[in-house]
This record gives sequence, C-alpha cells and structure tokens, in this order.
Amino acid sequence: MAAVAARYQELRDLDVNIISVSVDSQFTHKVWDEQELSKMVEGGIPWKMASDGAGHVGKVYGVYDEDAGVEMRGRFLIDPDGVIQAMEVMTPPVGRNIDEAIRQIKAFQLVRETGGKEATPAGWTPGGQTLKPGPDLVGNVWKVWKPAK
Amino acid sequence: MAGCARPTGASVSLHVEGLDGHDEETTVTEKEATTMSGARVGRPAPDFEAPAYYKGEFTTVKLSESVGKGWTLLCFYPGDFTFV
Repeated sequence: MAAVAARYQELRDLDVNIISVSVDSQFTHKVWDEQELSKMVEGGIPWKMASDGAGHVGKVYGVYDEDAGVEMRGRFLIDPDGVIQAMEVMTPPVGRNIDEAIRQIKAFQLVRETGGKEATPAGWTPGGQTLKPGPDLVGNVWKVWKPAK
Repeated sequence: MAGCARPTGASVSLHVEGLDGHDEETTVTEKEATTMSGARVGRPAPDFEAPAYYKGEFTTVKLSESVGKGWTLLCFYPGDFTFV
C-alpha cells in the first residue's frame, strides 16, 4: 500500500481514486497508518481504507481466501461508468507493480478518450503507437506494428 | 464464481460489531450482470459499502460514490502489517 501511496499524486492527476480493502478493522487500519505507513509515506495513506471483516466484499470479487481468512492481492480498475476494465489477482508473497497499473490506466483512458477508435498493442507505453481497429487493419497489423524484441 | 450465486438484484448485508459497541453495516449489492459471476472485466463492478478509516477518522466508503468521481483503483491485500 505504501508503494501505491508514494505514487498517489500521479494517480490523482490521472483522475484515479483509490480504495483499499482488507479484513482488518478500521481500528487496525488507523494504527498501521499511524505507526508504520506514515513513516514510509509522508502524511500516511491518503485514501479510504475499507474494513471487510467477514470477507463479504472479497467473496463477491473472488479474492477472499476462506481457508486463510484473508483477501488475496487483487487490483481492479473500474472506469467512470462503473465497469471493471482490468483485474489482477495474486497470492500474498509477491507484491504488485504500480508501474504496470499506471500503464494500464493510461492505456484504458486513451481507448476511452478515442471512443474505442484506437487500441493499444502489446507492451504499449504512453506516447507509443496505437492501432486503429477496422476492416483495413484485418490481416495488416504486420504492416504497422511489430512486437518489441 | 462458485458460492457467490445469489438471486438477481439481491442485497447482502452483514453487521460488523464495532469495538465502540456500535453496529456498522456492510452492504454488498450485486447487479444483475454480475450476480452469477462476481467480478468480471467488461461487467459492472459489484457495489459495496463498508466501514473505513480515512485520515484519522472512522467513516464509511461506498464504491459507487468513488465511481461517480472518476476512475477507481480497488486494491485488496492480505492484511495490515504484512511485509510485501
């Protein structure tokens, strides 16, 4: 969470709001934020930290581990219409890469801004070439795009 | 998602017994499109409301309120004070 908090302003500049969820109580969130996270990131966690004690929210999102009684790492990107555009679920020992989340946010925002007229090919990064799906592109992607080596 | 099938439009509520003695309600509302499958890309995100901590205060958080303000990154994690 601290890794995400460190990039918070960048995410806000992209019009992204963050909600974090774990089975911990809001009281535990307070102590964690005050005792540890605020020492990693100035000001502590700047978004609402939700408490999902019984795992009901996590179950609906498919990230609640009934055996361990905790949520797995799960990241869901939800657009301004409330539609899930991307998700990533991982077991606990491996942390997320916020750079990849931000890359995906920029890609989905580009697609949305162009009304779907442009798509981002594999490995796209901001400023990179986009594809314009349509009849002319069928069978001709090779002319305009090659995978990075 | 197994175990998550509920009647269309059903609202699932649970009570979280707050340490201060107040009941706090968490409501999970599943929209029709997601009832059988939970969260799926290209489908509406299941809305929920839950108790939350925010900048020194205890409050609630509702997904649909965040959605109304722009993009949302919803992050689940195993637990406070974990190492990764």
